[in-house]
Amino acid sequence: MRELLLIIVPLAAAALAAIWPDNRTRPWFLPAAALAHTLLAFGLLLFPPAAPFHAWFGCDPLARAMLPAVSLLFLGCAAYGVPYLSLRAERSNRVFVPAFLAALGLMSAAHMARHLGLLWIATEAVTLSSVPLLHFNNTPRAFEATWKYLLVGGTGIALSLLGSFCLGYASLHSGGAGDLTFAGLMSQGIHLSRPWVLIAWVLLLVGYGTKMGLAPMHTWKPDAYGEASGIVGAMLAGGVTTVAFTAILRVRAVVETAGAGVVANRTLMVIGLFSVLVAALFLLSARDFKRMLAYSSVEHMGILSLGAALGGAGLWAAFFHVWNNSMTKGALFLSAGNIRRAAGGRTVDEVSGMSLITPRSAALFVMGLFAVTACPPFGPFFSELLIVKSAFATDHGWAAAFFLGCLVLAFFGLTRVVFAIVYGRPRQAARETDPRFRETLAVIAPPALLLLLSLLLGLATPEVLRQAWTAAVQQLSSTP
Amino acid sequence: MNDWLNLLIGLAMGLNLVALGTGRLPSLIRVAALQGVVLGIMPLVIEHELRLLGVAVAVATAAIKGLVIPALLRRAMRTANIDRDLHPLVGFLPSLLLGAAGMIGAVVLAHRLPLLPEHHESLLVAGSLASVLTGLLLLIGRSKAISQVCGYLILENGIYMFGLLLMHSVPLLVEGGILLDLTVAIFVTGIIVDRIQRAFDSLDTRKLTVLRE
Repeated sequence: MRELLLIIVPLAAAALAAIWPDNRTRPWFLPAAALAHTLLAFGLLLFPPAAPFHAWFGCDPLARAMLPAVSLLFLGCAAYGVPYLSLRAERSNRVFVPAFLAALGLMSAAHMARHLGLLWIATEAVTLSSVPLLHFNNTPRAFEATWKYLLVGGTGIALSLLGSFCLGYASLHSGGAGDLTFAGLMSQGIHLSRPWVLIAWVLLLVGYGTKMGLAPMHTWKPDAYGEASGIVGAMLAGGVTTVAFTAILRVRAVVETAGAGVVANRTLMVIGLFSVLVAALFLLSARDFKRMLAYSSVEHMGILSLGAALGGAGLWAAFFHVWNNSMTKGALFLSAGNIRRAAGGRTVDEVSGMSLITPRSAALFVMGLFAVTACPPFGPFFSELLIVKSAFATDHGWAAAFFLGCLVLAFFGLTRVVFAIVYGRPRQAARETDPRFRETLAVIAPPALLLLLSLLLGLATPEVLRQAWTAAVQQLSSTP
Repeated sequence: MNDWLNLLIGLAMGLNLVALGTGRLPSLIRVAALQGVVLGIMPLVIEHELRLLGVAVAVATAAIKGLVIPALLRRAMRTANIDRDLHPLVGFLPSLLLGAAGMIGAVVLAHRLPLLPEHHESLLVAGSLASVLTGLLLLIGRSKAISQVCGYLILENGIYMFGLLLMHSVPLLVEGGILLDLTVAIFVTGIIVDRIQRAFDSLDTRKLTVLRE
């Protein structure tokens, strides 16, 4: 029952916000619903339900290990959303606020979907609900980004539906009754028709991998993240990608029990390492600091994929990294939003000296950079270290070496851009922009708190989270 | 029953080739609509005895794929007042050759895959794969936003055909949700098309090139 509230509360808030008449007070629906959602999600983390709510849907250990991170990130974005939307008072947020809230409810549904068809519907709905968020800025560039997002994302999601059908046919072919719940598919295990399982795996990996932004299906990402406002970028990079990763993990568990786990792990490793490499190379030539964040997201999706490929301890580290990714991406996107607003530009050619104009945001951005490039003592350092360790432990030393090499390249790329915009003399453009923008507590606290959480995750990982991740690993690797 | 079904699938596959060969936007929309109607008839042919549910699915599919969505596309085309010629990125002859090769490949692949006994004689898998390939080809090979939407429709049609294999086992909820999502997707796409038009005074996605490395 509590699980249902995770979906109903944001959707009800979205419906209310849609009919709320006042543009100025409407954004307050965001933090109110987000706070309720976070309390519910952490309630489920601390006091897990004895059994999932329904065979098709419920808070199983996997959802429990992921959803609170998304909820926490959303809370940060929602708190930031109030001052952000008051700065954009000239634009109606009658569509933006409900769409943002609906995305939260649908993401909760997608995390908890235990049925292949339900998972697909929820993921598609998340995609559609983020369309109005992307073209909120109403510029030609925003439309272009939205069109690419819709076309590439839509094609990806269509292929994942085909993959879902193939998996269903695999079950039907081996005498199943067409039960498309993950538990039902896993109980058929080794009897699933192998050729169909392999086709399904490829299609589902391409489909949900597009949503996650793994290379080479990442092409929509730089445009979408570059054009979206900070809170939308953070939500896409830390929330929607997590939905897709959860989906891939659920499918991988089925493929593994069907006896094709080796193939699945190998493809995940190749695509993960390729993503890290592509991201590192593009980061070396990035000039736009918001597009830079998109490539950094591609890199981190690659790291998640690599962790999942290693299984066991690697998978545990991947769950750890999901949390770190959500927190650090939130801090980076929100502080980048502040800098972008004050600077009036977004490339290293237009922006410099931001440490003088927006000292607090610039400091947060630099600290976020250290967090995201896995400098100790931030969380990502520990999760990436665990992934490297488990790569060596499972005789994938070459993968670890390749991975570390790419991380160094990415570090150079990221620091180059960040220090170029933070230090130096402020440009003329920055002195003439938006006089309304002040670094108030309301726009500094959300990214600062998210960064603090990333630090805490690294220094003192809560025991309850460790247990939740262990339970999720067990759920995915249990062979009934 | 299989003969009738295979006839319909053959018709849908033929329409794929027409879609690849056509040079005018209205006829591309018409082909996609016609394929939608053909798809709508399929569940009626598959069912041994007509039940209310099967008929409802068939009517809904034919209405949405054959009438509602094409009408939306035509409206977008008219309001945007765009040039009706397609200006392909991949020429018509190469598209047709690729489409035909894809069709042969789909038939060969479908024969090599393990199928249930009742699907051995059916062309559903082959037709589905061929339509998916055609859809992808149109998505890549045509530059206009509306023609890309048509490509996406044909891709979805292919997936729908595959879904028919599972019609008896997948609960209707999933099918309903899928149909709904498709409509919404196209609807949203229509809005975007409208906005691109206003922002760029054109529906040519080749002009969407500001964002690049």
